[in-house]
Amino acid sequence: MPILSVERVTKAFGGLAAVSNVSLDIIEGELVGLIGPNGAGKTTLFNLLTGIYVPDSGTINLSIDKQVIPLNGIRPHSICQKGLARTFQNIRLFKDLTVLENVLIAMNQNINYGLLTSFLHLPAYKREEEKLLHESIELLRIFDLDKKKDELARNLSYGEQRHLEIIRALATNPKLLLLDEPAAGMNPAETANLMDIIGWIREKFDLTILLIEHDMTLVMNICERIYVLDHGMLIASGTPDEVRTNKRVIEAYLGEDINNA
Amino acid sequence: MDKLLQQIVNGITLGSIYALIALGYTMVYGIIKLINFAHCDIYMIGAYVGYFCMTYFKLGLVPSLLIAMLVCSLLGVLIERIAYRPLRNAARISVLITAIGVSLFLEYGTMFFVKANVRTYPEVTGMMAQRFNVGEMVISMQQIILVGITILLMALLQFIVKRTRLGKAMRAVSMDRDAAQLMGIDVNSTVSFTFALGSALAGAAGILVGLYYNTINPLMGVVPGLKAFIAAVFGGIGIIPGAMIGGYFIGAVEVMVSGYGGSMFRDAVVFGILILILIIKPSGLLGKNTREKV
Amino acid sequence: MRKFIAIGLVYAIVQILIMTNLISGYFQATLVTIGINIILAVSLNLITGFTGQFSLGHAGFMSVGAYVCAIVTMRMPTIPGFILGVALGAVAAAILGFLVGLPTLRLRGDYLAIATLGMSEIIRIIFLNLEVTNGAAGLIGIPQFINWTWLFIFTVGTVLLLSNFVKSAHGRACISIREDEIAAEAMGIDTIRYKVIAFIIGAACAGIAGAIYASYFHYLEPNLFGFLKSVDVLVIVVLGGLGSLSGSMLAAILLALISTYLQSFPEIRMVLYSLILIIIMIFRPQGLMGSREISLSVFSKLGRNKLWDRFKSQKGGQ
Repeated sequence: MPILSVERVTKAFGGLAAVSNVSLDIIEGELVGLIGPNGAGKTTLFNLLTGIYVPDSGTINLSIDKQVIPLNGIRPHSICQKGLARTFQNIRLFKDLTVLENVLIAMNQNINYGLLTSFLHLPAYKREEEKLLHESIELLRIFDLDKKKDELARNLSYGEQRHLEIIRALATNPKLLLLDEPAAGMNPAETANLMDIIGWIREKFDLTILLIEHDMTLVMNICERIYVLDHGMLIASGTPDEVRTNKRVIEAYLGEDINNA
Repeated sequence: MDKLLQQIVNGITLGSIYALIALGYTMVYGIIKLINFAHCDIYMIGAYVGYFCMTYFKLGLVPSLLIAMLVCSLLGVLIERIAYRPLRNAARISVLITAIGVSLFLEYGTMFFVKANVRTYPEVTGMMAQRFNVGEMVISMQQIILVGITILLMALLQFIVKRTRLGKAMRAVSMDRDAAQLMGIDVNSTVSFTFALGSALAGAAGILVGLYYNTINPLMGVVPGLKAFIAAVFGGIGIIPGAMIGGYFIGAVEVMVSGYGGSMFRDAVVFGILILILIIKPSGLLGKNTREKV
Repeated sequence: MRKFIAIGLVYAIVQILIMTNLISGYFQATLVTIGINIILAVSLNLITGFTGQFSLGHAGFMSVGAYVCAIVTMRMPTIPGFILGVALGAVAAAILGFLVGLPTLRLRGDYLAIATLGMSEIIRIIFLNLEVTNGAAGLIGIPQFINWTWLFIFTVGTVLLLSNFVKSAHGRACISIREDEIAAEAMGIDTIRYKVIAFIIGAACAGIAGAIYASYFHYLEPNLFGFLKSVDVLVIVVLGGLGSLSGSMLAAILLALISTYLQSFPEIRMVLYSLILIIIMIFRPQGLMGSREISLSVFSKLGRNKLWDRFKSQKGGQ
C-alpha cells in the first residue's frame, strides 16, 4: 500500500508549469530517489508535498496506519504533524539558536503541557522538558552532534548543518522523510558516510524516504526506485538499472555522465 | 450637487498634497524596501524653509519653492547617507526603527530650534488671493496654483524616471539591486538620487500646504505623512502611478467623509482603508503578488 | 530559591524606604512609571523581540486596559472593584490583541508595523469620540489603588510569567517564528496560532500596565496613548535588546531615570530618545543585552569566584 500517492499534480508560476501532471506512488518502507536536471521541478514538488505551495490541480494523499489523509490545502505544520517531514536544499536551520534548541523546536508537537504549565512551570513542565532533552540528545548522537549541543547552529560546519537538518526533521517523528539534496557540497568520503547513515536511520526509525540528489553515486547505490523529472514532467521511473538505460533520461541528462555510477 | 462638486474640488486639492508626499514614500520603498518614516518630516521642513524664505527674505512663491525643494533634497540625501546607508544590509526591522528615530529627531530637533508654537504664512495678496465662483462652487487661485504645480512636478518626475539615464538606473536598481550593480550601475548614487527626488517633491508639498492652510508646526507632517503612506500602499507601494492614484483617492475619501458629517472619524476611516487593503490585497491596486522563494 | 529571596529583598528595602519617607512622592511616581514601562517593554518584547512580529500599536492595547479599569473602578471604588477592573482591562486588551493578531496571518515586517499603528490610531480616535470615556477631555478622578505593593506584585508577576513562558516549548515555538517562519511551519509549528498567542499575551500585559497607569495617575485622556507612547516602549525594547527580558527591565529603569532628570525639557528628551534609537541601530543593533539574559547565578558565580580568589591569595600569602 502506498504511503504517499500523488495524482496528476500541476503547479504553474505565471503561466510557466513548474510541475505538470505528475503522478507517483511511494510504498511504505521504500527508499526512493527523485532526480532530474536543474530546474526540473524537484524542489517545487517537495514544496507541494509539504504544503508550502498549493497545487493548481491534482491530489496528494498520505496513508498512515491505513488511514488516507488528503494533503491538498492543508497547512505545512499540519502536514508535518501528520508524519511528513523534510529538509531544505538551501539549509534553513534556526541559525541563531543552539543546536539543541533547533531539535527541541522540532519536537514541539510532542509536548504534553499547556500554556498554563508553561507560565507557572508546574511539575509537568520539568518532567516533559527532561524527557525532551533526553530524546534530543539521543537524536543528536546519530551524527555525533551531542557534544556541540550548545553551539549556535550558524557556527557548525556546512556538513554538520546538513546533518542537523536531518536530525531536526527526524525530531518531528515522521513516517515519511523528504531529503532535499542531503549530500550537496560534501566530499566523496562524507557522502559515503551519509549513505550509511541514511540506510541506518531508515531501519532504526522505520521510515520511508524520498530524496532529491544530484550525486548519482548516492542515488544509484541506495535508492530502490527512482523517479526522473524533466521540465516539470515525469519522464521515467523504475529501478536504478532501468533508469540508467532509459533513453529519455539519457537525453535529458545529455552532457552529464549518468553511467558514471 | 454643487456641494458634491465643491467637495471634489477640495478633494483634488488635498489629494495633490498626498500624491506629492506619497511619491517619495513609494520611490524610496521601491528602491531600498524601506518605509521612510522621516519622509513626512522632510515635508514639514519644506514648509518651514518656505516660511522663512517668504517671511524673512520676502521672496516670491517660485524662488521659495525652488529653495525649499533644494534644501529638502539635500536633507533627504544626507539622511540616507548618515542613517540608512550603514544599515543597507541589516535586518529590515533595524532600518525601520532607525527611520522612526530620524523622524523623531527631525520633529523634536525642529521643535527645539523654532519652538513648538504654530507659525502663520504671510497673507496672500493680489492675484494669488483671487477666488472664482463657478455656480455655487468656489475655486481659489491658491487651489489652482497648488494643483497646477503638482501636476507639473508629477509630469517632470515621469519624464525623469522614464526618459533619463538616472531614471533608468532607478528602475533597474529597484528591480534587482545586485544585478544592477553587476551591470555597472552605481547603486549608491542612484539611491541618493531617489532620495533627492522624493524629498524635493515633499518639500514642494510642504510649502504648498503652508500657503493653502496658512499654519505650520513641527508635528504637521505626522498625520499627512501617514495618510500619504496609506495612499502609496493603496496604489501599490513601489509603483509611481499607484502613488498618484492613491493620493487622489485618499484625498477624495477624506474630504467626502468630513463633508458629509463624519469629520470626527475622518482619520479613522483612512486607517480603516489601510487595514482593509492590507488584508484584502497587500500589494495594492496596481501591485503584483510576489512570493518568497523557498 | 535564590531568585525569590532576591525579589523579596528588593520589595522589603523599597517598602522600608517608603515607610521611612526616604523616597519622596515624586520618586514614587518614577517608580510607578518604571514598573509600567517594564510591563509594557517585556510584553512588547514577547511580540517583537521573541516572536519577531513588529508592532507599533502597544499604546492601543495599553489604552484599552487603562480605560476599562478606570471605568470599572470609578463605579466600584473598592479593592475587589480594582482587581476586577485590572482583570477586565487585561481581558479587553487581550481580545483586541486577538483581533490585531489576526491580520498578521497575512502581513509581515513593515506592513504589520503600519497595520498595528493604524489599529492603535483607530482605537484612540474611538476613545476621543465615546461618551463613556468623556472624549478629548478625558476621565478625571479615577480612584487610586496602586501602591508599591500592588505595583511590585504586578510587575514582578508579569516578568516571571513571561520569562517562564519564553523558556517553555510554547516560547520556543514563538522564537522559531522569528528565526525562520517557513522552517518553523515545516517543523510542525502552527505559526499562525503562536503569533496570535503572542499578540494576546502581549496585549493582556499591556492592558495591565494601562490599568496600573489609570489607577495611579487619576487621569486619562486618549492623547496619552498616541504613536509616541508606542515608540517610547519600542525604544526601551530596542535599547535593552530584542529578545532579552532582563535587557528590557534594565532599559526601562535607565530611561525612566534619564527622563526624570529631563522632565522640564521635553524636546531634549525626545531628541535624545531619537538619537539613542539611531545610534543603537547603527552601532549596536542587538541592544545593550543582545538576546542574552542577566541571571542571578551569574552574579553569585562572580561573587563566589572573587571570594575564592581572595581566599587563595590569602593562602598564598601565608
